[in-house]
Amino acid sequence: MANNNQEHTKLTAKDYKSDQEVRWCPGCGDHAIMNAIQRSLPEMNIPREKFAFISGIGCSSRFPYYMNTYGFHGIHGRASAIASGTKTANPGLSVWQITGDGDSMAIGGNHLIHTVRRNVDINIIIFNNEIYGLTKGQYSPTSKYGAVTKTSPYGTIENPFHPGELVIGAQGKFFARSVDINIKLNQEIFLEAEKHKGTAVVELLQNCVIYNDKAHAVIADKKNKDDRQLVLRHGEPMIFGKNRDKGIVLEGLKLKVVEIGKDGYTEDDILVHDARTNDPGIHLMLANMQYPDYPVAVGIIRSVESDTYEHKMEEQIQQVREQSEYQCVDDLLNSGSTWEVK
Amino acid sequence: MSKKADVIEREEVVVRFAGDSGDGMQLTGTLFSDTSAFIGNDLSTFPDYPSEIRAPQGTIGGVSGFQVHFGHKQVNTPGDYADVLVAMNPAALKANVKWVKTGATIILDQDSFTDKGLRKAGYETDDPIKEDKLEGYNIIQAPITTLTKETLKDEGLDPKSILRSKNMFALGMVYWLFERPLKYTEQFFEQKFKKKPKVIDANKKVLEAGYYYAETVELLTPTYKISPAEIEKGTYRNIDGNKATAWGFIAASEKSKLQLFCGSYPITPASEILQELSLRRDFGVKTFQAEDEIAGICTALGASFAGSLAVTTTSGPGLALKSEALGLAVMAELPLVVVDVQRGGPSTGLPTKPEQSDLTQALYGRNGESPVVVMAASTPSNCFHYAFTAAKIALEHMVPVLLLTDGYLANGSEPWKIPKMADYPDIHPPIVPTGEKEWMPYARDPEMLSRTWAVAGTPGYEHRIGGLEKDELKGSVSHDPQNHEKMVYLREEKVNRVVQEVPDQVIEGDQEGDILLVGWGGTYGHLRTALDELRKEGIEVGLAHFNYIRPLPANTAEVLSKFKRLLVCELNRGQFAGYLRMNHPQFNYLQYNKVQGQPFTIVEIKEHVKKLLEVNHG
Repeated sequence: MANNNQEHTKLTAKDYKSDQEVRWCPGCGDHAIMNAIQRSLPEMNIPREKFAFISGIGCSSRFPYYMNTYGFHGIHGRASAIASGTKTANPGLSVWQITGDGDSMAIGGNHLIHTVRRNVDINIIIFNNEIYGLTKGQYSPTSKYGAVTKTSPYGTIENPFHPGELVIGAQGKFFARSVDINIKLNQEIFLEAEKHKGTAVVELLQNCVIYNDKAHAVIADKKNKDDRQLVLRHGEPMIFGKNRDKGIVLEGLKLKVVEIGKDGYTEDDILVHDARTNDPGIHLMLANMQYPDYPVAVGIIRSVESDTYEHKMEEQIQQVREQSEYQCVDDLLNSGSTWEVK
Repeated sequence: MSKKADVIEREEVVVRFAGDSGDGMQLTGTLFSDTSAFIGNDLSTFPDYPSEIRAPQGTIGGVSGFQVHFGHKQVNTPGDYADVLVAMNPAALKANVKWVKTGATIILDQDSFTDKGLRKAGYETDDPIKEDKLEGYNIIQAPITTLTKETLKDEGLDPKSILRSKNMFALGMVYWLFERPLKYTEQFFEQKFKKKPKVIDANKKVLEAGYYYAETVELLTPTYKISPAEIEKGTYRNIDGNKATAWGFIAASEKSKLQLFCGSYPITPASEILQELSLRRDFGVKTFQAEDEIAGICTALGASFAGSLAVTTTSGPGLALKSEALGLAVMAELPLVVVDVQRGGPSTGLPTKPEQSDLTQALYGRNGESPVVVMAASTPSNCFHYAFTAAKIALEHMVPVLLLTDGYLANGSEPWKIPKMADYPDIHPPIVPTGEKEWMPYARDPEMLSRTWAVAGTPGYEHRIGGLEKDELKGSVSHDPQNHEKMVYLREEKVNRVVQEVPDQVIEGDQEGDILLVGWGGTYGHLRTALDELRKEGIEVGLAHFNYIRPLPANTAEVLSKFKRLLVCELNRGQFAGYLRMNHPQFNYLQYNKVQGQPFTIVEIKEHVKKLLEVNHG
């Protein structure tokens, strides 16, 4: 497995594939996501050995086995914690957490919000298929209200989490959303997530072909997606629709969908996306837009620079070291009150 | 009350300070211990405090105690019963009466013995001395509160601050009683309150007032004189178990040249390890106060993956939460040290009280065949050595190590002859050098069976690990039945082979004979003292006190075979005895067990041994 000749040669997506047979179901959205990640990594100018992919448990969490990088397939829900330790221990690594809606928001919810709050510089990719796939079809914390599954035969009676709302509520500085099959947009997002210093959370609406097929079809289907998705780009107006004739305006304290050229609305009225403002107000509204009242926002919804946990830790170590009276452990052991027995 | 008597020369004395949990008894006891250590006594201390920070004032539940045992010979335990008790209120008297020797000296703050105070403490009459049958004891009733107020009336301090320093009055009295100098405590005030000269003055005044009060009224009797102990030459310091544990890991970090990472969640009585490590950013220590116990161990495991010396610290309930991740460490074969500072269980149990009831959990508390190395420290100061050794074994054998201490070791302190790091070995983790051809993640050292450590970030060794069963060489996922069985065997055998690092088990006292006391972990001081005293009385007895539990020392069977009877003494229902029965079934094991959240007393161990002998000799 040892291979030391990779320096200075530009790698391709193929170089990031491991020798393991990919075992996701044919038609699963995971294939497209992995494809986009493997295409993105060579563009990041990071040596391959610096990548660490860390996961929990679930279909998506098998991901690290298929990557020819460092990888750690952890235990259910704990990938954020493992990844936080890896990144804090070695800030020089590019750490990616691969997780699902159950792994990150049910059993791992606590770790997710605290990782986001600390702003550890890891990229968290949430494969959100709104179902438990690996355990064969129970509802998840993101399943829509009333969803009929094996453990909710009469429909769920729980309100789902919206990952964006959760992340922004936990003081998240980077949140993006996309659809599994949109490889081009996903590559764009992954590159930005890697550049972003701090926790970057990417929600990918992913299709589970076996247990929750077409869960996202209503917005993801080719024929509808232009009318039902709003692709956000920093500095660009929030215009969408097949004919680019719809947009988002702020009316009072709410977002509203308008038709350009109708009811007196012109392009100038349409909101321009500012992903970099620290104020989470509009970002939260964008993240929470739901079909059919609104188009679903995809792209980078929020991207605000802020110092990272591991960097602050390194800085503190530097500062305390400079002022320390100790050179070595012997000094420490002999510090404070000691006495001689003669 | 008697008048001034002669100075009595004693070999050892036990003093117990007790008061409301807000009365500063822990500090008072610590200052007294420090002074005693500085003048050359050997000593051992034990704080006994409630788990509530401020239980209702004046009640038994809110009593906080601190016991110091000091002498001019080797002192192994904080002592069973006190020669001197300081009780700052009726509740402190009531709660501690059972811990004083017959005829002991008891110093009371008579100002607190009001009707209300007596009722709160649960006294039924107005005469606690009679009610507790303390006639004939040397009772010293001093108006400590009044005299403290009087001493500080012109200092311009608020009433609360004045009352808070009455513990120093009591300390001054005890210093006089034992002819201790005040200067070490005065130096402490000067350090501690550097920016508050008023507070320094006030504390000094009260301390002196207590000292001179005792001298002037000559009420205290007898006066004890304890000569300096005859202990090994060298430089000493006081240290408690938690600090020693933290420093042991820092020493291991220096000797392995690896960054120390500690992912932990605060829990009584382990928190001080995390606190101490948090101070040590100057040693490059990265502490990560996680959101819960699980994240504590998982961040540590993540750091281990990245090449750190990884540690997580906890107590019993936390270890239960960490068990799944500890299983992952077993599977991933990454180095990791887990410290369990045991406390009374099950569940929340007795958070501040010592017990040894996590042994079974440490050995077996995980799903699947999931062996880890299990070790136990046995004195507050040797927590340093065992923390260092746990780290060394984890790093060199690529194996999780569970280090057991307990609340008694963690908070107890003793003088410690400061070791020189030059005397400690270097640690050599099997990190793969770059440029290795044909490297495979799960290929093993033929002797130790440890795999090599390709730290994330090293070019050429990109590989995947995880909780799914591994192919025995490549480390890729394998569901092959034969491979699984082989891997189960390899992980177990790898732990067994740590025995190469384990020194032979020592027998203290008689080397063969009738009765062998068998202990492990934090009970060493009590068992050792019981052994010494029994032998002084002419009884033939040995002690085998274990620090290595899994694997057991190679000569364990030989040690056990040298005695007719084996008495396994533990602060649990017999977990180590059961473990020995399983590993060495050829022997018959007797048990002496105590589960009261309290250490053994020397007296009860001696009595039990004597009873066994009586039965034997008819």
